Amino acid sequence: METRKKTARERWEEAYKAKPEREAEFSTMSGVPVKPLYTPEDLGPDFDYEEKLGYPGEYPYTRGVYPNMYRGRLFTMRQFAGYGTARETNRRFRYLLDHGQTGLSVAFDMPTLMGKDSDDPMSLGEVGREGVAIDSLEDFEELFEGIPMDQVSTSMTINAPAMVLLAMYVATAEKQGVPPEALRGTNQNDILKEYQAQKEWIYPPEPSMRIFKDMLVYCTEHMPKWNTVSISGYHIREAGSTAAQELAFTLANGFAYVEAGIEAGLDVDDFAPRFSFFFNSHIDFFEEIAKFRAARRIWANVMKEKYGAKDPRSMLMRFHTQTAGVSLTAQEPENNIARTAFEALAAILGGTQSLHTNSFDEALALPTEKAVRIALRTQQIAALETGVTNTIDPLGGSYFVEALTDELERQAYEYFDRIEEFGGVIPAIEAGYIQREIAEASYRYQRELEEKKRFMVGVNIYEPQEEAEIEILKIGMDVERRQVERVKSLRARRDNELVKQRLRELKKAATGEENLMYPIIDAVKAYATEQEICDALKEVFGEYRETPVF
Amino acid sequence: MAEKIRVVVAKVGLDGHDRGAKVIARALRDAGMEVIYTGLHQTPEQVVETAIQEDADAIGVSILSGAHMTLLPRIIDLLKENDAEDILVFCGGTIPKDDIPVLKEKGVREVFTPGTPTSKAVEFLRRAVPVGT
Repeated sequence: METRKKTARERWEEAYKAKPEREAEFSTMSGVPVKPLYTPEDLGPDFDYEEKLGYPGEYPYTRGVYPNMYRGRLFTMRQFAGYGTARETNRRFRYLLDHGQTGLSVAFDMPTLMGKDSDDPMSLGEVGREGVAIDSLEDFEELFEGIPMDQVSTSMTINAPAMVLLAMYVATAEKQGVPPEALRGTNQNDILKEYQAQKEWIYPPEPSMRIFKDMLVYCTEHMPKWNTVSISGYHIREAGSTAAQELAFTLANGFAYVEAGIEAGLDVDDFAPRFSFFFNSHIDFFEEIAKFRAARRIWANVMKEKYGAKDPRSMLMRFHTQTAGVSLTAQEPENNIARTAFEALAAILGGTQSLHTNSFDEALALPTEKAVRIALRTQQIAALETGVTNTIDPLGGSYFVEALTDELERQAYEYFDRIEEFGGVIPAIEAGYIQREIAEASYRYQRELEEKKRFMVGVNIYEPQEEAEIEILKIGMDVERRQVERVKSLRARRDNELVKQRLRELKKAATGEENLMYPIIDAVKAYATEQEICDALKEVFGEYRETPVF
Repeated sequence: MAEKIRVVVAKVGLDGHDRGAKVIARALRDAGMEVIYTGLHQTPEQVVETAIQEDADAIGVSILSGAHMTLLPRIIDLLKENDAEDILVFCGGTIPKDDIPVLKEKGVREVFTPGTPTSKAVEFLRRAVPVGT
């Protein structure tokens, strides 16, 4: 009998196996095995285009949240900036706006992020180092001087003391004659990932969630154009998680905030449309694109099926992306321009709404103006020269990308189940589960680097012979000295009786059930400092302490 | 049996970036050292007190906030004030090149910048800390 004719696939498989593979780790950065070839078989036997992918702007939003995506409007180019005093950051903001940036993004210094004033002993050495130092409304007014707050959209990376900074934003705008209803922007306000990864907390999880609810209610009532939370995977990833963990923990946190809103008595469709997300775009190109696509599909699905959302805007996941800080190297720092460009491209192909590209010198220090300009130009080149913005979700239908999207989605649901077994995100944090998962992944990756299973050019392969000479931004100690003097002088100038009274009222509100946003706005307007406000709340709510795991 | 090298891995100040600290703590432990991790948000005073109480051979400080020029000299001074200069101090993090000689002059024994394999820190401690002999 005649032998059966080989199929094309069999012929290819034989030909493939006839030659040895090169010595390398064929898996994604997060450890998902990658096959040499993907074909229609990888879409699965009952692949249904409309159910799994659909059309952009339509459920389940796998291909994008808007019908026209970048053919309508490009992603917002939003570079995160802030250092030194409010005056210096104000200058950088105006520089970025003059160079075509379309939104502002405020980086606060460590003391501000932790609810400390510049003159607190714990702030020593950190004032104005990693962001702008804000102690009171006086600083905030200076930060936005000459910037029309009804015209810019502002993103504020602030979490534990988010309510205080939002109150300052509202109060500053009011002085410019702009009502809260007209303000556009985002505050990060994602406290859950602080306990998991970023570690900038003040109060324990329970009172933190009460603050979250109060802010959510205030914004839902008064700030219809404000994104109340930017649920952030960025920091989870930077802390060392895998792509699947970033996806899973971020979405699990998102669901916890949805539940908080429902518990606060709001209708899901009244607040969920103002939720936004913030992801990392790491160096493993396809895995990142798959992650963004999976994120949109999961969010849409759970919002609709579990939380009963009816408004499509509650189901569509809008997100900001930042390229991966941890992927940058101190060795041959100019190479980081290339890394950042690849990561930016993944974010764009993944359908991001806004993008921050890191500057090449950030493994060494805060970026110089030149480095920031190159980073911004990288986005402009990607958007305007490469052609990737000409069509929507160009990788949709790629057998590989669809298979990877499915795999990341599957892993995320597995994590949701495990978190559910703990009784939700907060118990999982308290048990150290999420922190341990991240630490494990981070250590595994470090080992893989040291064993040369994975590479970082210039770090564990092609190591440079000479050290790079590049110019870096230096922040002198005089920033700290000036800022300390400034807050001390404020305390001498303001109406201290009024401050005391406002802080008393705030504490009273905290012991009861009143929405804390109103007494905080009052305290801010009396020029109570950030720390005075946070400390007043700490007296009622207590302070969080972590049991470290490594 | 040779005595184990005792290392305090510390995070000082408000800086919450603990990925590096945890990785190095674990790598030193895997290399057979006794590791005490302070957790976050420690003052220089707390770190020095821990190191003395734990009879540590070394303190490894992880700093990514830019506060290294303030906080590291403070730790060195406190060790001197407490007659504990024999505890050596090393650090890791985003430390600009120009700051390294200044830190070393102030008494920081070694500075590890991003991308350093953990094995370098292990080798450094094995060389710098004479134990078990």
